Amino acid sequence: MAASSDTVTPSSLRLAFGNVFSLFILILIGVLAFSIRIFSVIKYESVIHEFDPYFNYRVTQFLTKNGIYDFWNWFDDRTWYPLGRVIGGTVYPGLTLTAGTLWWILNSLNIPLSVETVCVFTAPTFSAFAAWATYLLTKEVKGAGAGLTAAALLAMVPSYISRSVAGSYDNEAVAIFALVFTFYLYIKTLNTGSLFYATLNALSYFYMVCSWGGYTFIINLIPMHALLCIVTGRYSSRLYIAYAPLVILGTLLAALVPVVGFNAVMTSEHFASFLVFLILNVVGLVYYIKGMLTPKMFKVAVTLVVSAGLIVCCAMVAVLVALVASSPTKGWSGRSLSLLDPTYASKYIPIIASVSEHQPPTWPSYFMDINVLAFLVPAGIIACFLPLTDASSFVILYLVTSVYFSGVMVRLMLVLAPAACIMSGIALSSAFGVFTRSIKFASIGKQADAGDNSDGVTQNDVVKPDRNEEHPKEKASRKKKKEKENVEKAPIATKKSEKRLLMLPMEASVVAILLLMLLGAFYVVHCVWAAAEAYSAPSIVLTSQSHDGLHVFDDFREAYAWLSHNTDVDDKVASWWDYGYQTTAMANRTVIVDNNTWNNTHIATVGTAMSSPEKAAWEIFNSLDVKYVLVVFGGLVGYPSDDINKFLWMVRIGGGVFPHIKEPDYLRDGQYRIDSMATPTMLNSLMYKLSYYRFVETDGKGYDRVRRTEIGKKHFKLTHFEEVFTTHHWMVRLYKLKPPKNRIRGKTKKSKSKSTSTSSKRSATQKKNPWQ
Amino acid sequence: MAKSSAIKDAEALLRSLRSAYTATPTNLKIIDVYILFSLFTGVIQVVYMAIVGSFPFNSFLSGVLSCIGTAVLAVCLRIQVNKENKEFKDLPPERAYADFILSNLVLHLVIMNFLG
Repeated sequence: MAASSDTVTPSSLRLAFGNVFSLFILILIGVLAFSIRIFSVIKYESVIHEFDPYFNYRVTQFLTKNGIYDFWNWFDDRTWYPLGRVIGGTVYPGLTLTAGTLWWILNSLNIPLSVETVCVFTAPTFSAFAAWATYLLTKEVKGAGAGLTAAALLAMVPSYISRSVAGSYDNEAVAIFALVFTFYLYIKTLNTGSLFYATLNALSYFYMVCSWGGYTFIINLIPMHALLCIVTGRYSSRLYIAYAPLVILGTLLAALVPVVGFNAVMTSEHFASFLVFLILNVVGLVYYIKGMLTPKMFKVAVTLVVSAGLIVCCAMVAVLVALVASSPTKGWSGRSLSLLDPTYASKYIPIIASVSEHQPPTWPSYFMDINVLAFLVPAGIIACFLPLTDASSFVILYLVTSVYFSGVMVRLMLVLAPAACIMSGIALSSAFGVFTRSIKFASIGKQADAGDNSDGVTQNDVVKPDRNEEHPKEKASRKKKKEKENVEKAPIATKKSEKRLLMLPMEASVVAILLLMLLGAFYVVHCVWAAAEAYSAPSIVLTSQSHDGLHVFDDFREAYAWLSHNTDVDDKVASWWDYGYQTTAMANRTVIVDNNTWNNTHIATVGTAMSSPEKAAWEIFNSLDVKYVLVVFGGLVGYPSDDINKFLWMVRIGGGVFPHIKEPDYLRDGQYRIDSMATPTMLNSLMYKLSYYRFVETDGKGYDRVRRTEIGKKHFKLTHFEEVFTTHHWMVRLYKLKPPKNRIRGKTKKSKSKSTSTSSKRSATQKKNPWQ
Repeated sequence: MAKSSAIKDAEALLRSLRSAYTATPTNLKIIDVYILFSLFTGVIQVVYMAIVGSFPFNSFLSGVLSCIGTAVLAVCLRIQVNKENKEFKDLPPERAYADFILSNLVLHLVIMNFLG
């Protein structure tokens, strides 16, 4: 390539060298992104993590076994018993289809990987893709140097690592790649005005819609940007080509995904895009006519059209507002509303509020998740304003909106991460640009090039390899720019004076570069620590470090294995919804509720059962055909996220549907406690009894290590349940429902006379319980 | 008085619009006719929907969106092949037409899929 021409040999050689070099760096960044995420495999084992990934894994297994058509029509009868769930129509299929395709390709290449292995490594693979997509996006905005920096930052940003370690087989794993790639293609179309990229953009948007509910972010952000461009007078025909086909094709493609379907044209989340589409068409027409007419005639046309058009517009807006206002939720889904109004969920939807990742984040979590990027972002914004292009305004808009969303929900910190990485990449790159340039010009101007190169090398020896590589790279990009300037034949004198203006004293810039590298090194150390220590725990296998070595708690899998070996295939297992996905996937038993949470009443029924006294609970469970009840108990080993700590949510959700469950009954003076001061309702609830049954036998006192107190009621017997299995560390306890007793006349009479209050309560339950 | 001047203005406007439009090359005019035709088809479908009802909603949606989509893509093509447009000087018309065909292909594959 370099040898082909001899007139521009030095610069084109340098360019070719730069391209090869950046390709090499990109590969390394990909390797870095992949390898930083396999700490979990090394420290634990190759296993699927947490809750939702187990469901995705199960769906993938089904897909690979039965094929795509059965997958679309899959009605799952092993969950939400007795309702069942239509999986094909209610799941975002992107992730499972991706992993299924990967598995199929690997197998047809005679690489016999198991489905589980493919699932485990999907997320790290796609995080490498996401890093490359970030490179492309940032390159479109600010050049290759910023692109490489941003890609390197994204490859190890802790916020993203937390969602994409090996084994974290969740939608977000592929969705972030799709998100960034869609943005890249949008910017690319905006910069080139090519219909080809616009088509690709729509397809990539389709992939995003397939993958994650967060696609609404895209379909609102891009219209916002288009509107911003129009309002600020930056309309161009490239904008039209970038936006209009995306809306039409994107809407059609989104409607193809069963879980979205007609929502793509029916819900308010998508209306913004249509409105902006209309505006864009009108604006495009106006610009076209303006181009045709003389300025004077155009003024005439404007006065004529505006007076007529205003009336039509008002009528249209009125109709639209009336349509939207006529629907009860104003056409917005609950989840979106909880984004716009942060207090919405806690007021109306306890089930959304009960999920810890839907809570607003705390300040330390920003530092934990994006670390030094938080300080670099403002600098990046400033760099984006000089000069402000369509692309950089888009990145700014992306950052601002995602900061807002991350402030509403911890989970959406993930959307902020790429924006923060892009901004910091731009900031770092332009800072390095200024400093290295001033070093270069401070040393003798003629020897600039040679001095620059050696400078870069000597400085870079000190720090980490990835930082090392970015550095010369951005020089290459500057060289590209310089070359461009040469082509334009800009007067060299002005160029030099311009650069002189940006010069800093040599010492200052050397110190600044060293400080920036220190900052980068700090970031790398933090990321590696976060990847290794904080975010790699699979949460089904727990470890604890104590003075006598490492303890591994593998109780969950022990319990699920017990279930799958010792119970009948069709037995129903009741537990709080958190453990539903795992039970179906690992134990292959039918569950009553699971993490999908699509039916609030059903969950409330289980919550009611858990918070009722034994007999009432037995009746509810029996009416649901439940054979086994599973509770998670951390009191013995100090595992804090157990069912007793979640119990108040069960009460709240249960009480939301069945009003005879009242939260104050479970609280003593507004305090949640399980010691001797606890309320009798609390001590008699099923959850308390199942958790602490025989607990006193462990240490003689019944000391709960999570709540740090002795339990209130120590010695009691179960009348309607029998313990069948308790795992090694007591973390999972399984109970079987006792069969109904024969009706002996005297006995029933006796029990009736004994507990009139409970029987009255029971009759109330019976009325309320929908399954009887 | 005001009314008559407005009418006069409108007449002058129309005249200058027509004279400006006659200057456009023929291939652009053909594209314009194509755009108008597809928009007109879309309007017919909307009117039909208003009269008869939108029962197979996916069919209605794919019909109307196919019309709008065709029109939008044709507008994009028109923007790209317009010689007066300075932004696309270095884009050869062959490339523009190829892109247009590709995106139409995608659009109509999707529509066929969605038509149900």
